[in-house]
Amino acid sequence: MTITGKAWKYGDHVNTDVIIPARYLNVSDPQELARHCLEDIDPGFAGTVQPGDVIIAGENFGCGSSREHAPLAIKGAGVSCVVARSFARIFYRNAINVGLPILECPAAVDGTEGGHQLEIDLEAGQIRNLTTGQVYQAEPYPPFMMEIIKAGGLVPYIRRQIEAGDLSIR
Amino acid sequence: MSMTLAEKILASHAGMEEVHPGQFVEVSVDVVLANDITAPIAIAEFEKLGLGRVFDAERVVLVADHFAPNKDIQSAGQCALMRRFARAQGLPHHFDVGRMGIEHVLLPERGLVLPGDVVVGADSHTCTYGALGAFATGMGSTDIAVAMATGRIWMRVPETMRIVYHGELQPWVGGKDLILYTIGRIGVDGARYKAIEFGGAVVDALPMAGRFTMANMAVEAGAKAGLFAVDDVTHAYVNGRASRPYRVYQANEDAAYAQVIEVDVGQIEPQVAFPHLPENVRPASQAGDVPIDQVVIGSCTNGRLEDLRVAAEVLRGRRVHPDVRCVIIPGSQQVYLDALRQGLIETFIEAGAAVSTPTCGPCLGGHMGVLAAGERAVSTTNRNFRGRMGHPESEVYLAGPAVAAASAVAGRIAHPRDLRPHARNT
Repeated sequence: MTITGKAWKYGDHVNTDVIIPARYLNVSDPQELARHCLEDIDPGFAGTVQPGDVIIAGENFGCGSSREHAPLAIKGAGVSCVVARSFARIFYRNAINVGLPILECPAAVDGTEGGHQLEIDLEAGQIRNLTTGQVYQAEPYPPFMMEIIKAGGLVPYIRRQIEAGDLSIR
Repeated sequence: MSMTLAEKILASHAGMEEVHPGQFVEVSVDVVLANDITAPIAIAEFEKLGLGRVFDAERVVLVADHFAPNKDIQSAGQCALMRRFARAQGLPHHFDVGRMGIEHVLLPERGLVLPGDVVVGADSHTCTYGALGAFATGMGSTDIAVAMATGRIWMRVPETMRIVYHGELQPWVGGKDLILYTIGRIGVDGARYKAIEFGGAVVDALPMAGRFTMANMAVEAGAKAGLFAVDDVTHAYVNGRASRPYRVYQANEDAAYAQVIEVDVGQIEPQVAFPHLPENVRPASQAGDVPIDQVVIGSCTNGRLEDLRVAAEVLRGRRVHPDVRCVIIPGSQQVYLDALRQGLIETFIEAGAAVSTPTCGPCLGGHMGVLAAGERAVSTTNRNFRGRMGHPESEVYLAGPAVAAASAVAGRIAHPRDLRPHARNT
């Protein structure tokens, strides 16, 4: 699957409180959450982000709370992929589980500015900066995680085990 | 095979002789937890799985603590949804207003989480239970939905970082100061994807409340879990509370650690984390002149009886500064009752503080003390990210209960030793 979109660039430690402030956690509808996505650090984002756009960020993206509302808000805003130098661990799991594509690629982060056009081949983990012409290769997913991604998230992955009759209950 | 404490617990719960850092394993879980913010999504995902029942009603715990007592109509809806689910599933451990506590204060207090457990919770501060020698970690709602349905969850075995504390604690220094200092030293991603094992003579002598505070903020260094070895202090806490048998695991002496950090606590004074990251720590004496508008004492980090005692020791016979609102939130109904019986609540009210029913409320800018633009708070909570306690232009300074109480009296960030003895400033 190949996606194209404009880059929105942020720094290190973009935390879940700025991705979706807790004051909006009295709902869990992705479209509703998306209206407030990143508003405390970039009030213009939610109103102008276009479907397919890409978030580029530094270290430890998504640190802080376990709120799944964070990847849901980003996905609800139409963002097609988050590329960061590194991800906080709960956010990483949550993104995979809800089907928000994420890639770890420090070189692509360093070589991309806000507003650049990107083309990303998610399957191959290849990030092409159409503005500069540079091509970057992201870290591959561990094979186990790739299975969850291919199933479309954790719930479909487990459902498949249930249907195959090989789910174990504790 | 030598293993760290985290590896021992995960290997046992995966039904394996040994596990290695980086390995993916499926483990059985002893307790699954969610709250009024995270349960609604978990319940929706649980229903998509189509299994009907939770794996074990005794082991699924739901706590209405974040926006409870209901802060608005939508929050009321979330609590109602969780309540309906708890009733439909016959969950004995659904805790509602009047019988609840902040989840990470409540579950250990009720003996629901125990040494050697694997606990997963849809709340990042689930790592608090590492203080009991459990492997406890926060996850999102979808992971929790799967754990509620199957009693199992996949994990990547983390590397372990060991942090050893030695030396003699200075006056007014507690668990909060040790963990803030540690985060300041290793950074908010210093333990990313790792388990932390806290050790050394200082933590061996630390009471459970201080250990809970330290394990609670392991996630603020990016850690997956923060664990303490089980000892007499743990047993004394757990005995009389445990709702079921438990198993104690010990790290091997020659276990392989990704990193060992030594901390001499003798030089550590009460710490303050400046906005907008928990790693921006300074000794309280070097905070400079920072006037404040609000103080919050409570939360899953510092809402235990011992924390309230420290605050009362500072506030007794003194008055909260006229420019400051001081909000004190006991971490559970039991903590509230104990504080009442010990006269702490009287001390707080006489000092001019507000005392609230248990709630996460202001910690995440929900209710019971939201900040306006330009306002500053000293808070015993765990995060000071931009907008955490309210307006994006407000500021949160993290500290332990001693500095928070002293700051409430002084009207600015203060070290308790710098207060005039029992000064009455009104």
